[in-house]
This record gives sequence, C-alpha cells and structure tokens, in this order.
Amino acid sequence: MDVREFDSPTKNTWCPGCGNFSILTAAKHVMAELVKSGDVKPEQIVISSGIGCHGKISDYIKVNSFYCLHGRVVPSLMGIKVANQRLKVIGFAGDGDAYDEGISHLIHAARRNLDITIIVHNNQVFALTTSQVTPTTPIGFKTKSAPKGSFEAPLNPLHLMLACGATFVARGFTGDMQHLRALILQAARHRGFAFIDVLQHCPSFNPTLQKFKPKVYDINKEGHNVQDFAAAWERAKEWNDRIPIGLFYCVEKEIYEKQLMGGRVLADEKPLSSVRDVLKKFM
Amino acid sequence: MQDISFLMGGQAGDGVMRTAELLGETLNRLGLYAFVINDYQSLIRGGHNFCKVRASDQQVWSHLEAVELIAALDQDTIAHHKNELTKGGRVLFDSDKASYEGPYKSHPIPLSGMIKEIEGIPIMRNSAMIGAIAYLYGIPLEPVNEILTRAYGKKVEKNILLAKRGYDHAKQNFDPILKLEPIKRNPTPFITGAEAVSLGAVKAGMKVYIAYPMTPSTSILSFMGTYQDQLGIVAIHPENEIGVANMALGVAYGGVRCMVGTAGGGFALMQEAFSMAGQSEIPVVFVVGQRPAPAVGVPTYTAQADLRFVLHAGHGEFPRIVVAPGDPEEAFVNAGEAMNLAWKYQVPAIILMDKHLLESYVSITIDERKVTVEPSSVAKSWEGEYKRYKFTDSGVSPMTFPGTSRAVVKVSSYEHDEYGHAIETPEGVTKMMQKRLRKMDGIIKDLNGRETVKIHGDHQAENLVVAWGSTKGAVLEAMQLIDKPLRFLQIIYLSPFPDWEVTKLLEQARDIVCVEVNMTGQLRSLIKEQTGHYIQKAVLKNDARPFDPVGLAGKLKRVFGWT
Repeated sequence: MDVREFDSPTKNTWCPGCGNFSILTAAKHVMAELVKSGDVKPEQIVISSGIGCHGKISDYIKVNSFYCLHGRVVPSLMGIKVANQRLKVIGFAGDGDAYDEGISHLIHAARRNLDITIIVHNNQVFALTTSQVTPTTPIGFKTKSAPKGSFEAPLNPLHLMLACGATFVARGFTGDMQHLRALILQAARHRGFAFIDVLQHCPSFNPTLQKFKPKVYDINKEGHNVQDFAAAWERAKEWNDRIPIGLFYCVEKEIYEKQLMGGRVLADEKPLSSVRDVLKKFM
Repeated sequence: MQDISFLMGGQAGDGVMRTAELLGETLNRLGLYAFVINDYQSLIRGGHNFCKVRASDQQVWSHLEAVELIAALDQDTIAHHKNELTKGGRVLFDSDKASYEGPYKSHPIPLSGMIKEIEGIPIMRNSAMIGAIAYLYGIPLEPVNEILTRAYGKKVEKNILLAKRGYDHAKQNFDPILKLEPIKRNPTPFITGAEAVSLGAVKAGMKVYIAYPMTPSTSILSFMGTYQDQLGIVAIHPENEIGVANMALGVAYGGVRCMVGTAGGGFALMQEAFSMAGQSEIPVVFVVGQRPAPAVGVPTYTAQADLRFVLHAGHGEFPRIVVAPGDPEEAFVNAGEAMNLAWKYQVPAIILMDKHLLESYVSITIDERKVTVEPSSVAKSWEGEYKRYKFTDSGVSPMTFPGTSRAVVKVSSYEHDEYGHAIETPEGVTKMMQKRLRKMDGIIKDLNGRETVKIHGDHQAENLVVAWGSTKGAVLEAMQLIDKPLRFLQIIYLSPFPDWEVTKLLEQARDIVCVEVNMTGQLRSLIKEQTGHYIQKAVLKNDARPFDPVGLAGKLKRVFGWT
C-alpha cells in the first residue's frame, strides 16, 4: 500500500516547521508498512487524538479516527478495543493532554497492559492556547500565565510509565525521522501497552530542535538491555548533557483484552435472544 | 383481603437486607405480591439498617410506613421503629441482644443462643428469625427451606435447622398474626429496578456495561458483573466516571451497544462526554440513579431532584432522550426503548431512575417479548466515499464502524463536515447543527407509537394527579385509600416531552396536583415550559425518603380540599 493513500484532503494548519509534521509523516509510513506487511488491513487501523495542535492529526490522515475530548484518547481507545480487539489502534496525545487532563487514564491503561499504542507529542508547552506551562515544562520557562517562570518540578514521563507497569516504554525525537518511524512501527507491533514520549519542538513557543539535536543519542546503539528494568530506570534519569532516545523497556505480559474476554470480538456477536434463564432466578 | 406489612432491622453487617429479600422471595413464591424496601446508612458495619416487607393478594406498588410486626436483631431497631407499629402490633426480638417491655406484644426469641447450640455463626440468626416470622404469618417451612437452599446451596443445612428452631419457638410461645393463603397465579419475578433495567438493555442488544461504583447504581454494576457470562456481556469498572463515559463512546463507535450507569454526582463528571455523544452522534445509554443532592448529599437514600439536571446535561444544543420508568416492568421496557432509540437516531439516551426504584424489590410481570433489537441506522451500503455525517432529510446518517472495508469512519468532537473533518465556517456549522437537531422530529414521530405517558385510575375523573418515576407506586396505592374519583397521569418520557398527550389530559382536568420527591417542582415547571399549563397545586418534599402511601393519601385529600 502506498503511503499517499493515507493523505487527507484537509488543509494542514500547523505552523511551518512544526514537529508535528515529523510525527504525521512517520505515522503514515508506519501504517503503510503495517498494511504492506500484512499485519492489518487499512480499515482495521483506528487512530485517536486529543485536543491541542497534535489533535489535528486525526483530520490529516485518511484512516478511521476518533477525534476525542481533551485528555481522553486512552479511554476512547480502550472502548474501541473492547468492542473489536482485531483493530490496530494508535493514539496521539499532547503533553497537556496526556500528563495533565488525562493522566489518570494513562496510568491505568499502562497498569492494565491494554493493547494500544500511545504517542505523546511532548513539546513541553501548551501551544494551541498560545503558550502555557504543561507538566513537562522546564523550571524557569516563562509564559504569559507564568511570567516569573515555571517553578513546578517537571514530570518524567518515562519514569511514570515504568512505574505503572507499561510493557513498552520509549522516547522519540522529531529531529530524527528515521528513528521515530522505526520506533513507532515497533510500538505498533508490540502486543500490549506501548508508550512513546516524543520530544517535539514547537517553532512558535518552544523551539528546542537545535538545543536537543546535539545532545540526543540512541540508547539501543549503546548496548542497552531493554528487558532490564533497573537499567531502563537509570537511563531515564539522564537529561542534561546527553538526552537518551530509543526503546528503554520492553517485556511481554498478558494483555487486558485477553483477560477480560478471551478471544471474543464483541462487534461480531449476535444479541442474546432471550433473558429467560436469568429471569427465572427471580421467580 | 390479605395485606401484611412488617419491618426487619439490625446493624449493618447483620444480614437484614438479604433476609428481607429471602422473605420477599418466599412470599412471591407463595403467589402473593411482595414489595421490599431497604433503608441503610452509608457505612459497612454497625449503624442501623432496616427493611420493610409488604405482601398482599393484590398487586402492591409500595411499602407502607405502618407495620404490624417489628423483627429486631438489636435494641436500636425497637427504639427507632416502635412508633410505626399499628395497634396490637408485635415486637419480635433477639432476647440475647435486646429487650422490650411496653404497650405492644413482646415476642422474645433467643436467637444468639440458638446459634451457639448448633455451633453456627452470628449471621445465621437470620434463618431462625425467618422461621419465627414464617410461623407468625402461617407460612409453612417447605417454601422457606426451598428459598434458603437456593440462596445458600451446600451451606444450607444449619440454616434449615435454625429456621425450624425459630418456627418451633414461635409456635410454642406466640399466637400467629394470621394465616397467609397461597395464591395460584402465573409466577412473576421478584425483582429490583436495577435488575430489570439491566435485562431490558441486554435484550435490546447491549454487550458492554461500564460503571464506576456509586450508590444507588452500584446495584446495576453488581448484577451485570455477577451475570455477565450468562448474559453474554462484559462488565467493566474503570478508573473514574470520565473514563467510563469516554470508553462507552469508544465501544459504540466500535459498533457495540453499550450502557453506563451512575448517580447524579458521577453523571456530573460525565458531562463533557455526554455532550460529545451529542456532537459526534454516538449512541450511548446512561442510567442516572438519583439520590439526594447537592454534592454527596444523602448517598444511600432517594430523591427525584435531578430531572432538570439531566434535561440540560452537557454543554451545547443537541437532541437527547430522557425516560423515567416508574417500576421494574417499565424499567425493562424503557431500557430496551432507550437502547433502540439511541441506535436508531444516534443520540445519547438517559434512563432516569432513583434509589427507591433501583433497589426496592417487587413482584411484577416482565414480558421479555416487549423488548427486541429494533432495526437501527446501520448502513448496508453507500455510494462513493463513505460519509459518517452524510446530510439526509431525517438528519440520521447511515452509520458504519471501523473494520468495514472501503469505509473510513471519522468521528469528531469538533463541529465537522460530512466526512467528520473539523470545520469552522458559519454555513457549515449551521448546516450540521440543523442536521442533528432535525433528528428530534423522527424521535417524536417514533414516540407517538410508544407509551410516553400512562393514565391510571378513573378515566372520567376531573381530579388529576401528575407524577413521574418511582413516585408512581405511592400514588397508585394512595389512590386506593381515597374514596373520591381520581385520575393519575404518569409521565414516562421527559425528552422529547410528550406534549401531544399531556396537554390534552391537563385540559380535561378541573383540579390538578403534581407529586414529586423534590422541593422545587421540577416536573411542574417542565410542564409549564412545554405546555403553558401551570399546575398550582403540588405535594413536594425532599427528605431523602420516598412517599408513604398513607401519608400521601392524606396530603392529596388536603390539597384537593376533601378534608
């Protein structure tokens, strides 16, 4: 399948040079790859996105989409998987979306090992609402609503997800498209909860591209053992001179859907023809 | 006429509710019509719980405030309720835990001692109490033992032994109150609103139930969880109500019929998702179980004060269905209708219930033929590219689901075009708003063929009582206690409002009284808004309790000017 078949007629309104373009392109290539390799049919892919600049990705890919409320990508996808676990679902969320408004859902989906992929467009800022702090905004970052600079300790999303039991924890970078593409493909093929925090530059409010580029390195090229939780935890601490990207942690664990309903696909099931047997218990 | 009313009470954890339920089942099994209301506090152990059990050879719709017997597992039960006893009433009590001397007949029974004799556990006091109560009402032990066996399975042996000891003790020491005659009739279930609403939804094709525990709707979650395998459904309890509602949207988008249940506070948390169901035209059914509010209110009690809340729930303008069943039979039928209408018109539907309806048991007919899976608006085929929000005359767009070949199914919380892409132009917004609102015409037409209201009592009467929801039961019973001709209009559908029925009936009446368990007359103001009729007289209260038929009859007589 040609990647252009996922092109949407909708006009793209992201700022020129936005990191979202890298994620969009990578995601479309991954979907084409998934179809080409026979993993899924195109109609079996569903994406969901929250509210914020990133959310527009639902309109920008010609594929089934659930353009949900702010912060609610995870529960929407959970519902979709409960209805039809044959579907391949990929969620896109912002850092405000995933780590502020919807953080509880993220925690629980990780702990349940729901078979979904979550890609967080982490630009460390609320951009669509013209710059406010998010849970990943660095200390000292000034915005109109925090003119003296943010003083709240930023959240480490990788530590959070490791602690919650996510079975696939990774970090991508919008400045390295090839790496991001490979990472998303790996995540989409992971059976279980796959989480990628993508360091994304925002040309308008947080242009980090040139700042991060020289610091970023791929941990998977430095002999990191992805099954070693302690090593993943240590790597995830690194932030100053070197910024690690890649797959930090990956293990196999039974998925939520399987434990909830075995192999049933509820969308295929016929309605119960009679409730007589249960009603009898009340006679 | 046989009509009995007794109370059983004890501390939370003593097993009062289960025992009253078993007694109700026994009475139902004998062919009597039973009703059991439970009253419990928001705690696990201690405190004071009680149930009132009513049974009659006629259909009963409510408990009665007054009782002829108190069965007390502790002292508090006697202290709290002795004033509710009728003349010549009796106090049956565990003489190892309580004592009673006073104007009523004292019936001590050494329940705790009986347990010790057979090396039982304290909860088994209930079985001896059941035996004693059975004797007092002339109920033989056979049906009691059958019900105990069904309830306790292999552990039943000691319970049967205790029931016999309780029965024998009563026989040796007390006179029977009366001898209940079994009645031959078609068996009906003895069932709660929670159980009935669940079964109605399942019969209409529901496959997934999602809820976060909150009284009084926890009873639905418990039922769905317990019976999920037999019903072929999946019951899910996620992290919070916001998760619940958004998951439900995902399930329905995935092509599966889904219901959620909550109380007023939980539904408050679901508002944004409820609005999204309107915007994205995703059919989801919400059961809202009312309890006294504001805020946490009086969590384990009842009220009818969320009518205005659900009618206006969610930001923005969009069609919705709101239906308020008055008993479990209606809950079964209305659940089916809510599910079918939601899926036909792609709108959110609310089944508005309350603690009194969700948790009280009643002997009532459930005819499962009344609920089917009606044809929905699922698309069979389409020309060209699939449009999830295709403009149609009815406003209903053919719906399909992800996984369908040659269809890209895009839903959105943003205002959108026919494909589901976000839009902002005034023309585009207007057109899509109109499309959604147009669906109300079809819903109204559809409802014309359904029971949106019910008319009870004397159809010639000029005096009219208007009520909704679980208050139906108290009104029906109160009417039997008033020797004047009365007509009762029960309004079942609140949105769309059945003005085509209500206006006609209000015009035929000379004197009208509205009865509601709220203090602001929410139905009354809705009727004014929808029909222009202002009902001047009302019996309103919000004391966290349902109406007692006897008390209500007195109030109705006063407001109609008959006393």
